[in-house]
Amino acid sequence: MNIHEYQGKEVLKQYGVSVPEGKVAFTVDEAVEAAKALGTSVVVVKAQIHAGGRGKAGGVKVAKSLDEVKAYASEILGKTLVTHQTGPEGKEVKRLLIEQGCDIKKEYYVGVVVDRATGRVVLMASEEGGTEIEEVAAHSPEKIFKEIVDPAIGLQPFQAKRLAFNINIPKELVNKAASFMIALYTAFVDKDCSIAEINPLVVTGDGNVMALDAKLNFDSNALYRHADILALRDLDEEDEKEIQASKFDLSYIALDGNIGCMVNGAGLAMATMDIIKYYGGDPANFLDVGGGATKEKVTEAFKIILSDEKVKGIFVNIFGGIMRCDVIADGVIAAAKELGLDRPLVVRLEGTNVELGKKMLNESGLNIVAADSMADGAQKIVALVK
Amino acid sequence: MSILINKDTKVITQGITGKTALFHAKGALDYGTQMVGGTSPGKGGTTVEIALENGTTASLPVFNTVSEAVAVTGATASVIYVPPAFAADAILEAVDAELDLVICITEGIPVLDMVKVQRYLEGKKTRLIGPNCPGVITPDECKIGIMPGYIHTKGHVGVVSRSGTLTYEAVHQLTTRGIGQSSAVGIGGDPVKGTEFIDVLSMFNEDPDTYAVIMIGEIGGTAEEEAAEWIKANMKKPVVGFIGGATAPAGKRMGHAGAIISGGKGTAAEKISTLEACGIKVAPTPSEMGSTLVSVLEEQGLLEKCITRK
Repeated sequence: MNIHEYQGKEVLKQYGVSVPEGKVAFTVDEAVEAAKALGTSVVVVKAQIHAGGRGKAGGVKVAKSLDEVKAYASEILGKTLVTHQTGPEGKEVKRLLIEQGCDIKKEYYVGVVVDRATGRVVLMASEEGGTEIEEVAAHSPEKIFKEIVDPAIGLQPFQAKRLAFNINIPKELVNKAASFMIALYTAFVDKDCSIAEINPLVVTGDGNVMALDAKLNFDSNALYRHADILALRDLDEEDEKEIQASKFDLSYIALDGNIGCMVNGAGLAMATMDIIKYYGGDPANFLDVGGGATKEKVTEAFKIILSDEKVKGIFVNIFGGIMRCDVIADGVIAAAKELGLDRPLVVRLEGTNVELGKKMLNESGLNIVAADSMADGAQKIVALVK
Repeated sequence: MSILINKDTKVITQGITGKTALFHAKGALDYGTQMVGGTSPGKGGTTVEIALENGTTASLPVFNTVSEAVAVTGATASVIYVPPAFAADAILEAVDAELDLVICITEGIPVLDMVKVQRYLEGKKTRLIGPNCPGVITPDECKIGIMPGYIHTKGHVGVVSRSGTLTYEAVHQLTTRGIGQSSAVGIGGDPVKGTEFIDVLSMFNEDPDTYAVIMIGEIGGTAEEEAAEWIKANMKKPVVGFIGGATAPAGKRMGHAGAIISGGKGTAAEKISTLEACGIKVAPTPSEMGSTLVSVLEEQGLLEKCITRK
């Protein structure tokens, strides 16, 4: 789960991570009030969206007076920002972070992630602050330094200092930088983050080490034990269908195509998207109904797919293990009858209770095209949608 | 032969009194697995009665702890159907009880819990498979997990996969061609897991009864690439692959916690090209996993040996 920059900074502040003073604003008036309260000569007006690249897209402005704050806030609030991470349709800005300006002396990168290969939390840092870390990794990997953390003892001071020395933090600030990193690691582990990126980390003219930006992403598997983090969820930043799906515990991702998919199992669901593309079609979504799905869940999944106007046809691909083919058939028939089936539907069933499932579909009176195999099903739906 | 489990393996179910656990304990027993008991803290001393398809009733003892269950039943393996909030603890308990094998089916365990489990496993004798996996099966001998037993048939092709239902698809394609499986292992869809491709490939490599392997991967991480290099350097038997998620968008978690392309790494394209560069043929579509294996077996003169069912 993603959160906004201002929320990330609030979380980090609780752990003693040094961040600039700032406040969120939802209106132009609030922005001006926040700037007044900050009282600094320079104030930064920052768009808050769940995407990077806001600066380049005109979403970050430095204001030197309250009039400028007002002007920038009016300009940015309500604007649709298009960055390299939002997609061409962009994202509408509904919140601003009004932050004190800093006297930036130098920028660095610090990030915390879980390294899959070693199964360890890793702290990464580089002197190339303000640049995308993937770019640095591609062009100058020797500039990225890593400290692997042993979960039995956590991030040790000697590791944090070594990292600070390696990225050339001024030596009089190394201890501050090390404390910053340890606090960041503690926050990461305490709150079950999946990524915590500080880009840039800055050293300032008045001898501070601060997070100028903070991007925190949380492990959705752990949200059950972090009600405070869950409360930070911004539904405006999510796809409506994905929100609906999550209410029913369905694994759903919206895509750009016109063939809706319903599959049991994430691997098979991905492979179904792949085979549709292979035969010249374009999947509208990823959807895994899961093994324990009930008739209700299947019906709901179907409804969500049908609610997508882009969808011109649907492919149901089921290999029943725990999932029974008759339960799928039941759900598909119920949904189709409730909503009316106005688009081609191809169903491929295999596995547990397959004969019963096929029989139910045949006798339903609905216009359902049966497929013998995954390839057969994909080819049929692609042809029907053309 | 097979790897990991066979008809002599004695298994316990952790969390056995839960609905899902009981359902699959029955599935295991119906298949002929030696499911010898289970645990449920607080319900030790009771039994669970499971009515089987053959008309008999299995009466399994329930214990409070894994250590006790192992001491009394002599089990060497365990399967975990415990909810995500408690599953890491269940794994740790099984490792502490010195089981040879622990298979964790549970999906949704927090990643940082698994980071701790990973650390705890070091230097211990237990092999962990999973979490978020369908389990392991040695056809006609032992089934531990949620896979439908009937699609499998005994034979000489090993299957190792990150996905459950996609594995059933592959197994089905093999069985319908009369090609049997030695063992099928689901390593699971999580990013931090007990057993990786290389671990299983190594076991298949040493198993005299496995003549070829199908490896099913997906987007996220670099395990397939590492496996490809390992195969090129060490594998004595042909391996055929399939990688799911070629059409998955970057940055999105595709169901499995581990199925995510991040920072440009973990794409299907990169995995496929690495596999091919290492001499591993990759099925172009999921419906051609079986036929791709057949073509490689034919090339190597192994097809005849691998047909175990007419």
